[in-house]
Formats: sequence, C-alpha cells, structure tokens
Amino acid sequence: MTQTIANPKAPLLEVIHLKKYFPINKGVLSRHVGDVRAVDDVSFEVYPRETLALVGESGCGKTTIGRCVARAYKPTAGQLRYRDAAVQPRGTRASDATADGTDLATLSERDLIPYRRNIRMIFQDPFASLNPRMTVFNIIANPLKIHKLAKGKELEDRVAELMRQVGLRPEYMRRYPHAFSGGQRQRIVIARALALDPRLVIADEAVSALDVSVRAQILNLMQDLQDQFDLTYLFISHDLSVVEYVADRVAVMYVGKLVELASTDNLFRKPKHPYTEALMSAIPKPDPRLRSKRIILGGEVADPANPPTGCYFHPRCRYAQERCKVETPPLRPVGDHLVACHFAETLDLAGIPAVSAS
Amino acid sequence: MNGSVVENILLEVRNLQTHFFLQEGTVHAVAGVDFVLHRGSTLGIVGESGCGKSVTAFSILKLVTKPGRIVGGSILFDRSNNGKPDIIDLAALADNSPQLRDIRGKDIAMIFQEPMNSLSPVHTIGDQITEGIMLHLGLSKADALKRAIALLREVGIPKPEERVHAYTFQLSGGMRQRTMIATALACSPKLLIADEPTTALDVTMQAQILDLLRQMRAQFGMALMLITHDLGVVAEMCDEVVVMYLGEVVEQAPVDQLFHDPKHPYTQALLKSVPRLGYGRGQRLNPIRGSIPDPFSRPTGCPFHDRCEKRIPGRCDVVHPKLTRLPDGRTVRCLLYEDEAS
Repeated sequence: MTQTIANPKAPLLEVIHLKKYFPINKGVLSRHVGDVRAVDDVSFEVYPRETLALVGESGCGKTTIGRCVARAYKPTAGQLRYRDAAVQPRGTRASDATADGTDLATLSERDLIPYRRNIRMIFQDPFASLNPRMTVFNIIANPLKIHKLAKGKELEDRVAELMRQVGLRPEYMRRYPHAFSGGQRQRIVIARALALDPRLVIADEAVSALDVSVRAQILNLMQDLQDQFDLTYLFISHDLSVVEYVADRVAVMYVGKLVELASTDNLFRKPKHPYTEALMSAIPKPDPRLRSKRIILGGEVADPANPPTGCYFHPRCRYAQERCKVETPPLRPVGDHLVACHFAETLDLAGIPAVSAS
Repeated sequence: MNGSVVENILLEVRNLQTHFFLQEGTVHAVAGVDFVLHRGSTLGIVGESGCGKSVTAFSILKLVTKPGRIVGGSILFDRSNNGKPDIIDLAALADNSPQLRDIRGKDIAMIFQEPMNSLSPVHTIGDQITEGIMLHLGLSKADALKRAIALLREVGIPKPEERVHAYTFQLSGGMRQRTMIATALACSPKLLIADEPTTALDVTMQAQILDLLRQMRAQFGMALMLITHDLGVVAEMCDEVVVMYLGEVVEQAPVDQLFHDPKHPYTQALLKSVPRLGYGRGQRLNPIRGSIPDPFSRPTGCPFHDRCEKRIPGRCDVVHPKLTRLPDGRTVRCLLYEDEAS
C-alpha cells in the first residue's frame, strides 16, 4: 500500500484498495448473478496542488472512481483517506483529521456535509449539467445558500466575483444557461464548483464536449485557477493529448484496475505497460508527416462483468506470454513507475518523443 | 487547372447554400460552399460545431429535412461508367426522385457518427445490409445474404454467418460501426461519406475503424469524404482538406500544406489551439479568442473577423472576402490573399 512515488508532502487523498461493484440481477426474483467490477482494488494517492490524471477507455472505471471520491457512490470496499486540516469532522479534534485523515468511504451523509464543500465536481457536458430553469446567479449561488455561507448583497457580490474569475461578465448573472455558448456554460460549471472554495476538484471529462478553440481557453482557465486557489485536480479524461498538457502524474486504467502510474513525463516518454504504449500510439497526431506505423490493438475492451483470466489485457497484448494468461500481475514499482505487468523490466516500449518547444 | 485533373473530378460542389427557416430567423448553415473531390481520394472536411460540415454532407445526399432547404448552388456528381461521362446535378433533383433513390446507397453511401441511432433496432443486421443489395443490384435474397456475410467478414466481424442474424443491440459499439461500414459498402459506392465515423469510439477502437476505412477505400477504389472535428484524424487519413467556418469554406489545400503552411488565419489559429503530444506539461495553449458566433447573428464582412488576430480594421468587418485561388492551386477565403492572386 505504501507505493509512494517520492513526494515529500503528505497526500491530500489516499485511495486504498477501492472497490466498486455493481450487482447484476436477473430473473423474476432478480437474483444476484454476478457483479460488474467497475473499480477493482485500486490504490493511489493525490497530493496537494497537483493534477493527477486518470485515463483509460470507456468502461475502465475512471468515472466511477471520481464518483466514489465525491461520494456520489458508496464504495463497495476500501478506504478514501482525506486529509485536510481545514475540515474538522464532527466529534473529533482537528489534529486527528490531519494525521491519518478521515475515511470518506464509510461516513454517513450527515458527516459528509463538511467534505462536500471541499470536494467538488466539474462534469463533461455543460448542456446537461446546468438546470435550464435556473439563472446563472441561482446556479452559482445555490451551493453558497445551501451551506449558509452568504446571503443578500454579499451573496450577489460573491457570485459576481466568481463570474469574473472564470471570465464571465457579471452583468449576465440574471440570464439562463441557454443564452450561453458551450465554452461559457463550462465556465459557469467551473464557477459553481469554485463557489465553496474547494481543495479537490474532480474534473470528469471537463473539456471533452468542447470545440478545440474553446477547449484551449478552458484548459488555460483551469490552470490559472489552480495556481490562484491552490486547487488539486483529479482530472479524468480519455484524451491523452490534453492529459499531457495538464497533468503532473498520470494513472492509466484498464477494466477497473490501474495498470500504470507515473509522472507525466516518464509515462509519455517511456511507458512501461503495453496498454499505455498502445493507447499513445493509437492517438491520431495532428501532423500528416507523423502518419505513424500505429499499433492497432485487436479485439475489444474486456467485459468488466466477465474479465479474462490472468492479466486482463493479455488477449489484446502484443507481448503476452503463457504466464500472462494465468497470473494476475500486481501493481508494483519498476523504476519511477508503478506498473502492473510481469515483463515491465524487460520490455522496451515506445513513447512519445519529447519535442523541444519552439 | 489542367485537363487530366478535371477528368478526375468525382464531385464538384459550387456555391451550395442550405438554409434553415426557423421561427427565430434563418440560419445560413451552409452559406456558399465550393469544393472538388477527386476520384479515389480522401477529402477531409473539418470545422468546429455549427460550421455546417454535416449539413453539407446531408445536402449532397439531399437528406436535409424541414425546416432546412437547399436554396442555391449545384452539386455535380459524375456517374460515368466505362468512360462515358454522365454528370448530374444532385441539387436540382427532387428529394424523392427515382434518380436520387438510385444514387443513394449505390453511388454514394453514408455512414454516421452514432451507429446505434442510425441502424434499425428491430431488424437483423443481415436484413439491413441485404435491403440495399437486393434493391440496387437485383440479387435474390439468398445471394444477397451471401454477399452480406462476405462483407461482414471483410470488415472484420468474427463469425459472420451467425452475426448476420444478430440485432444491433447484441453488438458492441465498434462492431456496430463495422456493420454500418459493411452496409455502406454493400453496393460498391463511388463515394463514401463518413460523418464523424469514430467520434463515439474509444481511441483503440478508433484506430481499428480508421484502418478499416483506409483498407476499404483502397480495395473498393472509392472516394472518401471524411467529416470530422478532429485534426488528428484528418492528418492521419486525408489527401486533401477543406476547412469550414460558419457555413463557408475558408481554405482548401493538400493535407501536408494545410498542416505545415496554413494560409487562412482561422486554420492557423485552429492548429495552434490543439494540444500536441510531446511538449510535456506546462505549455500554454493559444486559444482562439471569443466563441463561435450565434447562428442568428452572423458577423458582417468576413465571418471570422471578430476573432481574427490578423484582421484589417475597416476592411474585414465590411468586405466579405471571395474564395481566392492561389498560384499553387489552393483556395483560401481571406482578404490578405486577394491581391496575391490577381
């Protein structure tokens, strides 16, 4: 469990052996016939002020992890140790909270309330995540009202300030979401997330639905806000080219498990898991001169309700051997990476060569 | 342009205009689009949402439904067989004319972004593939089924003899898109229009489908019109690229020139705003300022002028630039280049 990549600071969040299974029920009596193992024994740490990216294809469990951390889902097993001196849980002393952290996984809804302010989410689709019948003012002010942090003139000032911070004009606060473009709506979503002064922001595919020209604006904004408010991001994305640009460290997931975790630079230059290599090779590069000999993975992502034996990736892996079919590789340190592959030491995998910025 | 190139033109779109007549006003979704597509080549149409790229594709097959209508321009498609030229203007045909029904699915086929919405959930995939084969090629049901199975094998569906009787909900997203491709290829079309064919797929599946499209294009000798917002997909697949903004073509160029020597300020800005792999963390992106204008309030003059870094005050907001042909044959719609060409 102490799989720490050298970092002197104490983690803000420690995810320890997290599991989230969704039951499959069948028949008239809806008997429990199996589980979709959306997240299957995942451990990682998130450090203050860093951006940790969770990447993987659809169904790999990255969104489920985000929702567990935000406690939109109750985990099936495992711990979510959250350390923040600013939040004092009911019935404890502040010092307890910072030493080991509080396990969010087991807290009741009531006890979670102080943490709800600290951990906020930004969603993918700004057309679906804003209530069309609420004005921008109400959308942004709502969390402040619920947590009884401001009212009246103060509330209005605070909303105006938040709007300015995300690059919206406060004059528009009485308008409804339909009057805004996709990029502006995402700014509203971000303002709402920031309203409670959070520590940890879970950005679930926050820029995936945006057009490229606007996506760049939002990414720059998120970086500025991180610097300004000391935010920690859990950045969930399937888009590796965006991840390389925002993340300090990257965790790659495949069918509910972590397969590799490393600093962004290490991961992109020198991947150690064959899935990471294939994922990077599959991205279409915006330069016709790089029309690469791409690694095209055969087959499809395994079914999390009925995963293959051994290493989940072995049916699609170019390097798979007999051992991979039988033995599940644990996540273990290899060099500066954490990798779940039996042959991480011996494989020589291709990453994305560094380009000197010019 | 020299003679040989002209002969090779499969599709020429001239000043196409498709408008949507809504209560709030008229949306000029396609506001004068010109481009040419050569036989056997891959043409990419790129642009951000609302630029009219999909409506252009739907216009070619005359699939634009009310309140939309093609209000002007021509779509010249060459149906010639064995060297006999037979150029028809699709824009002039009625939406339900027999000629057009003969072309749809046979000469021009289309695949869509979301295969779950564009395949029928109540018919087996065999039924859907054979329908077009029986209609256009006049094969018997049994022969059509054989051809369908062969096509499914071609597009990489395992156990096609069994899968041909499956329904779409029994297939995964990648399999569905393969089925769509098989349906589209059923009558060996001259032109395949693919509207965001991989947007709904994961990267590893996207790589498979793009590879399949490339193989099939070579094997069937057809032209491919690829509509996408993803510059990576364009760079990977296309020979020639058309860049659209607010219903207009702003630039058309061969793919290498477009990525390495973009002419139009919008193309330049678009390329700069994409994060590129290999630069590492911390680089700052160069976004295009502002956002895509509301379709009801198109800017005057050049539609891009209020977001453009190179605009000429007093000119760009007044004069609507013409599509200019540069000496090297590329076209660009920008005042900066109008003098250069004359």
